[in-house]
Amino acid sequence: VEDDVLIDEGPPAGPDRRAELTLGALVCVVVGLVLAMFVFVLHEGWPSFAHNGWHWFGAGGNVDDQINAIYTAGNNAARAVYTFHAWPLIWSTIVIVGGAVVIAFVCSLFVAVFIAEFAPAWLRAVLHPVVRLLAMVPSVVYGLLGVVVLVPFINNDLISEQSKASVTPIITLDGYSVLAAVVILAVMIAPLMIAIFVNGLRSVPRGWLEGSLALGINPWRTVWKVGVRTAKPALIAGTVIATARGVGEAVMLSMVSGSVGFAPNPADGFVFIYEPSRPLAATIIDNIDQLTSPPMRHTLYALGAVLLFSAAMLSFAGWAAKQPLLRYGLVS
Amino acid sequence: MTSTQALAAPPPPAARRRNESSSSWRLTDRLGLAFAWFLGLLFCAIAAALVLYLFVQGIRYLRPSMLVTNPRAGYTESQTGGFLDPLIDTIVIAVMSMAIAVPVGIAIAVWLSEFARPKALARVVESTIEMLAGTPSILLALFGTLLFEAPWLGFLSRTSGGVVFGRSFFATAAMLSLLALPLVVASVREGLQAIPSHVREASYAVGKTKTATTRRVLLPAARPSVLTGSMLGLGRVIGDTAVVVLLLGNTLTNDPSGSVPILSALRGTGSTLTSYVYYNAPTGDGDQPGKAYAAAFVLLLLVLALNVGVDVAGRRGRDLRWNS
Repeated sequence: VEDDVLIDEGPPAGPDRRAELTLGALVCVVVGLVLAMFVFVLHEGWPSFAHNGWHWFGAGGNVDDQINAIYTAGNNAARAVYTFHAWPLIWSTIVIVGGAVVIAFVCSLFVAVFIAEFAPAWLRAVLHPVVRLLAMVPSVVYGLLGVVVLVPFINNDLISEQSKASVTPIITLDGYSVLAAVVILAVMIAPLMIAIFVNGLRSVPRGWLEGSLALGINPWRTVWKVGVRTAKPALIAGTVIATARGVGEAVMLSMVSGSVGFAPNPADGFVFIYEPSRPLAATIIDNIDQLTSPPMRHTLYALGAVLLFSAAMLSFAGWAAKQPLLRYGLVS
Repeated sequence: MTSTQALAAPPPPAARRRNESSSSWRLTDRLGLAFAWFLGLLFCAIAAALVLYLFVQGIRYLRPSMLVTNPRAGYTESQTGGFLDPLIDTIVIAVMSMAIAVPVGIAIAVWLSEFARPKALARVVESTIEMLAGTPSILLALFGTLLFEAPWLGFLSRTSGGVVFGRSFFATAAMLSLLALPLVVASVREGLQAIPSHVREASYAVGKTKTATTRRVLLPAARPSVLTGSMLGLGRVIGDTAVVVLLLGNTLTNDPSGSVPILSALRGTGSTLTSYVYYNAPTGDGDQPGKAYAAAFVLLLLVLALNVGVDVAGRRGRDLRWNS
């Protein structure tokens, strides 16, 4: 705040100094807690990484069997098993979150442009609370609706007997699928994107848009060529937040993804989107009862550490994306 | 600059282009606009379908008796009781988390917007809060397990034979408050920054200290954004499942630990509406879809109420104008 210059002549007065120190201490405690989270989770998960090396991230064997072996070898430290290859889980996360983010991004961009520029006032007044409501609906409710509405629909009406037969020896198709997970996740994260996109589009200086309109460019083109381009950092920031939410979503995905440690195989053709899988975060919550077995505990915290690392990377990407916006003074 | 210029009314906002025909546009542009209309309406339709479906199912399955009976183990919908304890626990958890998140969030926002020295620390705090906003709740749950299993925090949960159980209302509320914190901080900070600096200077000019200015002038003026932030945070707290499943112990009914009346309940375990829905969904261990619908309906009503609350708070915030 620029008025600091006016106030800061001479040492700060007693109560102000005390207040600043108290608040500063509190702030440091919160920062310390977040740092501690990194250290604790990584430390607890380290044995799993240490036993597997880079193969931890690789493919090999059935990951569900590995989890079972790790758990049952359990409390006997001498016979502890750590072999774990997380690739099916990582691949499932990539496919589901990637698919949902791509769909949600395209839809959100259109909806955001619509809300910011083209929607009539009455519709805008409806869309604002609708977006906020969809963002606030608990993920477990989305999961429930997915399980009782979308999954049976996919199973009964979309998957043909023929496609079920085509993958029978490998995996059973019963509606719990990549498709269900992608659709519901897209509905879940789109409101987050829309809110941020609309803010970004609103903060584009009016004069820039009007300059384009004055040149005879129609409003639709103007918004896309000037508005959307200027708001690009906001688009990136919104996408990053939505991706982080998707990667960390455990409950809903554990309910609709099928919870099978299987890597959906694009080589199967179109049937691929009907195949079940289980992302990283869902694996943690599915096996949460097994924290009592030390090797399993280390494995689950290792999964957590991977999630934490990706959250940190996404947060960093969001920060980097905001820098050009700061230069133009478009955000505070 | 003369005073007449300075006092001249600001130019009227540019008139919005209403009713402008898109018939002169290229076909692709018109298709694009049509697609935008379609998606906008689809979005409303999805929300309407979601709410209507849950209302219909909720009215079908929700019985008043469910609100006053506790969950029981059983195989049919008639045996498994209601969700009194989850409902109470949801409220208890919400109150406890917000009791931590709101004061701490306000403190951090005030520090960031009014003090923020040294600059390096301010930047670290800012990115930490942003990082926290992107942290999956399942990680807060894992971290909470480690933290509250520490022997020196054993008094906050059940201890048997020197082993700290680490699952309790205290643990859950503490971790959920971290989930709500970024939303509170962001909203309060925005509110504080929207207050023009001449308001602060006026307060300093009559001899108020910074502390007094913050307490008496800035925070009352930012009250609508405090309210908005709290309600957004509350939405996050009552909607979270992962932390509750892991840290509240996920027992059917409340299972207190110890003999001191209130403390023992808070040191014990329980479940909330979200974990109740998770447990009773067809994929869960309980598999009582009727119960899951009823609880999800109640949960949706809470969220709808919060949504209206945010709307009202936001409108009040907009009514506050500084430059008149």
